[in-house]
Amino acid sequence: MYVATKGGERAIGAAHAWLDAARRGDTALAEVTAAQVEAQLGLAVDRVMAEGSCHDRGLAALAVKQSRGDLIEAAFLLRAYRTTLPRFGASLPLDTNAMLLKRRVSATYKDLPGGQVLGPTFDYTHRLLDFRLAAAGLAPEPPPEAEPATDATPRVTEMLAREGLMQREAGDDREPGDLTREPLAFPADRALRLQALARGDEGFLLSLGYSTQRGYGGNHPFVGEIRMGEVTVEFEPAELGFAIELGEIGITECQMVNQFKGSRTEPPQFTRGYGLVFGHGERKAMSMALVDRALRAAELGEACDAPAQQQEFVLSHCDNVEATGFVEHLKLPHYVDFQSELENVRTMRANVEAVK
Amino acid sequence: MTHHTGYNFAYLDESTKRMIRRAILKAVAIPGHQVPFGSREMPLPYGWGTGGIQVTAAVLGPTDVLKVIDQGADDTTNAVSIRAFFHRVAGVATTERTAEATIIQTRHRIPERLLTERQILVYQVPIPEPLGKLEPRIAETRRMHALADYGLMHVKLYEDIARFGHIATSYAYPVMVNARYLMSPSPIPAFDNPKMDQMPALQLFGAGREKRIYAVPPYTSVRSLDFDDHPFRPIRAPHACELCGSRDTYLDEVLIDDVGGRIFVCSDTDHCSERQAMKEAAE
Repeated sequence: MYVATKGGERAIGAAHAWLDAARRGDTALAEVTAAQVEAQLGLAVDRVMAEGSCHDRGLAALAVKQSRGDLIEAAFLLRAYRTTLPRFGASLPLDTNAMLLKRRVSATYKDLPGGQVLGPTFDYTHRLLDFRLAAAGLAPEPPPEAEPATDATPRVTEMLAREGLMQREAGDDREPGDLTREPLAFPADRALRLQALARGDEGFLLSLGYSTQRGYGGNHPFVGEIRMGEVTVEFEPAELGFAIELGEIGITECQMVNQFKGSRTEPPQFTRGYGLVFGHGERKAMSMALVDRALRAAELGEACDAPAQQQEFVLSHCDNVEATGFVEHLKLPHYVDFQSELENVRTMRANVEAVK
Repeated sequence: MTHHTGYNFAYLDESTKRMIRRAILKAVAIPGHQVPFGSREMPLPYGWGTGGIQVTAAVLGPTDVLKVIDQGADDTTNAVSIRAFFHRVAGVATTERTAEATIIQTRHRIPERLLTERQILVYQVPIPEPLGKLEPRIAETRRMHALADYGLMHVKLYEDIARFGHIATSYAYPVMVNARYLMSPSPIPAFDNPKMDQMPALQLFGAGREKRIYAVPPYTSVRSLDFDDHPFRPIRAPHACELCGSRDTYLDEVLIDDVGGRIFVCSDTDHCSERQAMKEAAE
């Protein structure tokens, strides 16, 4: 006689073995190494670091390999590793003014001190499949190198702020919260909102940011500045009393300039939306800046009815590791509850029949 | 007992466990109240029991005997996976016998056998907020709990009666704990709700993704919401178990062919096999 499915343990073992084989693929082909992933699929690695909220290119590359290129799965692997790491302190705030720039563009000025530096961007490529890449072999020509700029690269937003046109961010000496240690409570302050957005899903933030451009909570953005490059991480051990350099990490920062009509207490001026992500993640940094500004609607006394302006909605749903877990849990067995629903619907149908 | 080297006993580091234990103590002190806690990222996905796993990890000791069930069964894939996880990172003894377990982690069921004071029942909770379907804003539902303002839920149940003639909630059926807090019993069938009332075992609820822990201490009043003229009615399939003949346990419906053939078997596999063994011994 048929009895409920048995042998879950054996099935899981077999599924894992199959997964391993599927990941490796055709063994006649060379196995891809984590180092190759790190070097040649760098933007995938960067995205995994950002959403996995752990800056380690090597581990992120390993996660991409292990997850067969499923980047949300890779971010999940990295998060689950990160959570076991002991925490011995917090770094000093990053000084992105002192960033070693690979790219710096502003859309608000034709030219500006420090210049426009395009860097390794897809922006002006023609999106034509390059069939030469299908045939492995030749390394590309080395790019021409200019003398590194030595003059300062001031911030666009700071130049506007000096003129009184850009709202200054309110200073806050309180220790920022940590949403990986304390659950998010609402309303969440801006530091926590930015934390959530920084590790949030790129696609989700992209769509939300896009929705603000299409009229759902619009805030008339201009890219004040995008900078991408290496920034020094400093740490001040209590026993030393001075900061030491731990190393450099790659980051992308975006400052959006947005209109603000002014309020009873503040004159009309520009306001800022801010985005910062690990690695080269320009789309994410821009989307984050749009959503950050949208989430400031309440504080600025603006109407607050679009999805991107509602912090419970945005912050509760931007984390793709949480989202994928809960969506995919629907494939776990639910037959116990379904059984009670079956009986429930049968009862309802019987009641309807009885009334007829 | 040996466990996977490279990780602390039961995976979480000791300071994290202490944080979770503090949340559990607070939860026990305020029965039915959802306590926010610093839920960690676990190596299993959100929605697959990360809250229950963290609670279990925090209360688990080396001499504990762990049972893990999903849908009432020990051999469902996710139960197998969680049991294997604790075997790997804690090296504790595991069992499929309800009577032998000191900690039982469950998804969607309460075992049929009456639990004892020596046992802890850990529920995996997907959505801890019983009012969430009626009011999605957590800031607002917290206020409603603070004021014990549960009119919204009573209206919902009343609307069920007005439309269907009975309360049409068959699982995750809301309960009042200690006559104070409205609580989600997690998605157990309403059939299991009465077992929560005055249960001798400690009941702990972990919601990892939503970062909440709540508890029902032993011998606490847990009442399923109802009305005087529409008393709470647990739902079960009106059949006997094909294997053990039980008429008072929760049954799963199993399709045996594609022309409408079906049998009903106990959802609690341990309870069912115990009854089968008793039946055989008697014969």
